Amino acid sequence: MKTKKTFTKIGTTFLWSLLTIITLFPIYWMILVSTRTPVELFGKPDLSPTFFEKVHWKNFTKPFIDGIYSDYLFNSIIVATSNAALVTVLALMATYALSRFKLPGSESIFFWTMTNRMAPPAAFLLPLFLLFSTVFKFGDFTLFDTKIGLILLYCVFNLPFAIWLLKGIIDGIPRELDEAMIVDGANLFTIFRKLIIPLAAPGIAVTSLLSFLFAWNEYLLASTLTSVYARTIPTGLSEFVTTTGTNWGTMAAVALVSMLPALLFLFAVQKHIVAGLTFGAVKG
Amino acid sequence: MLSKNKTGWLLLSPTIIILVLAGLVPFFYVLYVGFFQWNPLAVDPSLQFDGFASNYRRLIFDEIFLESIWRSIKFSVVTLSIELTLGFLLALSLLSSFPLKSFFRSVHTLPLVIAPIVVGSIFKLFTVQGLGPLPHILKDYFGYTLNYGLNAEQAFWMIVIMDVWHWTPFVTLTLLAGLSALPQDPYESAKIDGANNFQIFTYITIPMMVPVLIVVIFIRLMDSLKIVDEVWMLTGGGPGYATRFTGIHIWKEVFEKRYYGLGSAMSILYLYITIVICWVLYSVMVARGKNED
Repeated sequence: MKTKKTFTKIGTTFLWSLLTIITLFPIYWMILVSTRTPVELFGKPDLSPTFFEKVHWKNFTKPFIDGIYSDYLFNSIIVATSNAALVTVLALMATYALSRFKLPGSESIFFWTMTNRMAPPAAFLLPLFLLFSTVFKFGDFTLFDTKIGLILLYCVFNLPFAIWLLKGIIDGIPRELDEAMIVDGANLFTIFRKLIIPLAAPGIAVTSLLSFLFAWNEYLLASTLTSVYARTIPTGLSEFVTTTGTNWGTMAAVALVSMLPALLFLFAVQKHIVAGLTFGAVKG
Repeated sequence: MLSKNKTGWLLLSPTIIILVLAGLVPFFYVLYVGFFQWNPLAVDPSLQFDGFASNYRRLIFDEIFLESIWRSIKFSVVTLSIELTLGFLLALSLLSSFPLKSFFRSVHTLPLVIAPIVVGSIFKLFTVQGLGPLPHILKDYFGYTLNYGLNAEQAFWMIVIMDVWHWTPFVTLTLLAGLSALPQDPYESAKIDGANNFQIFTYITIPMMVPVLIVVIFIRLMDSLKIVDEVWMLTGGGPGYATRFTGIHIWKEVFEKRYYGLGSAMSILYLYITIVICWVLYSVMVARGKNED
């Protein structure tokens, strides 16, 4: 019996080692490509690691210091951060309203927000493009190719998820606490500041991180709704595809940089991110 | 002082305004445009009416569009079955303890947070002819030529492999969370009754996991039906039409050919099919809930 158990253990470990290699190998190769000159990439792939002195830094400096990619990076940071902040504030307000007030039809409102998350973005490309460039107009100002446009648009995808995540947490805070504070003469703002935000802090953190991640990673809408001034890093990445004779080293460098925030989050708060990504699914 | 409900609506209003303006308005707009011919690059760039639902009548006979829908559904079913099988096995294996488990699980989480467009880039670098190690390895050790730029079959399966690489971790971790939350009593009584592992799995684990499984299927199906980014990066929808899924097809018709009217009709049909699939799964979920009561 005991040997059988040891065997299963060895087998499982072996299987997971194999899986880990399959997961890491493509990423490892991308990092290698980002450190090499075009000449070094020619011919048979060389899988040995590049020494630090030999790293071809031009792959990084060319797009990010000499090129336009520093602007893309800046746009991505602004869009993702503002979107995360906006989504968190709006979702907190909305979830509190859905959870504490007996609003007629609040169940259907909750369900309706969810359907926005499920819709395929490709189906909304055309109307959004036309609305952004011609209909939503204030004088000469249109939402097309602006960071504000993207920030507002990503709310459509992030708000439902955020409300879903926060609903369980805010429902879990006893109503009696709110009522006690109201009796003591507290207004809504104080209730949020002293009660809801401190108690829901972990949930709020996860919500804003995941919103940030979605906005940072989104490609299809950003590439359609921007042209010059509000392009984000993912749209910049796709620009490598169309050119003939792609500079693979630069492409790998840009891909690596655009992956960094996600990796940082993952290492910092892995447990919470995974919980956040799977939480709603398991609850249902 | 505002009345209680007014405060509630006030708190909810920004969310509703944004969702109406950027979710509901586009929907009705696309519904409206779908009934017209509209090509801004044509001689007459205005909306033109040529018979009731002419775009929809055209789409019923548009083989490329219908094939793209069929392709999307086929792709979703294939990836879903692979990811569910693999994810379930991995989740089960994570219930036991073995060396380096938490390290393996951390690495497994990695693809989950990488942007689809970056996943596409990673796979492009890894598998493209003349650069990536994969075609070389396959050629040198197995005598197999991988060139999905020319081979339609390979292109489709390359996308499947990429999707499995990207999303199996989601299935694993969600199922793992579900498995860890199962009550232990049924297992103990089954063991007392002398059930073997296989019986325990088929008669206890699977039935108890059905709610979680349905949610995972739901989320993954919706996501793979709308796949665009990574396919666009890896194959651009080619070669030929081999990896032209519905999302990519609409994009090409709308933004390359500028068929605004036809593209809108496609969007509505695409949305309709997604909603129908959604609704069927939802009914299954509700029906199960009623059975259990």
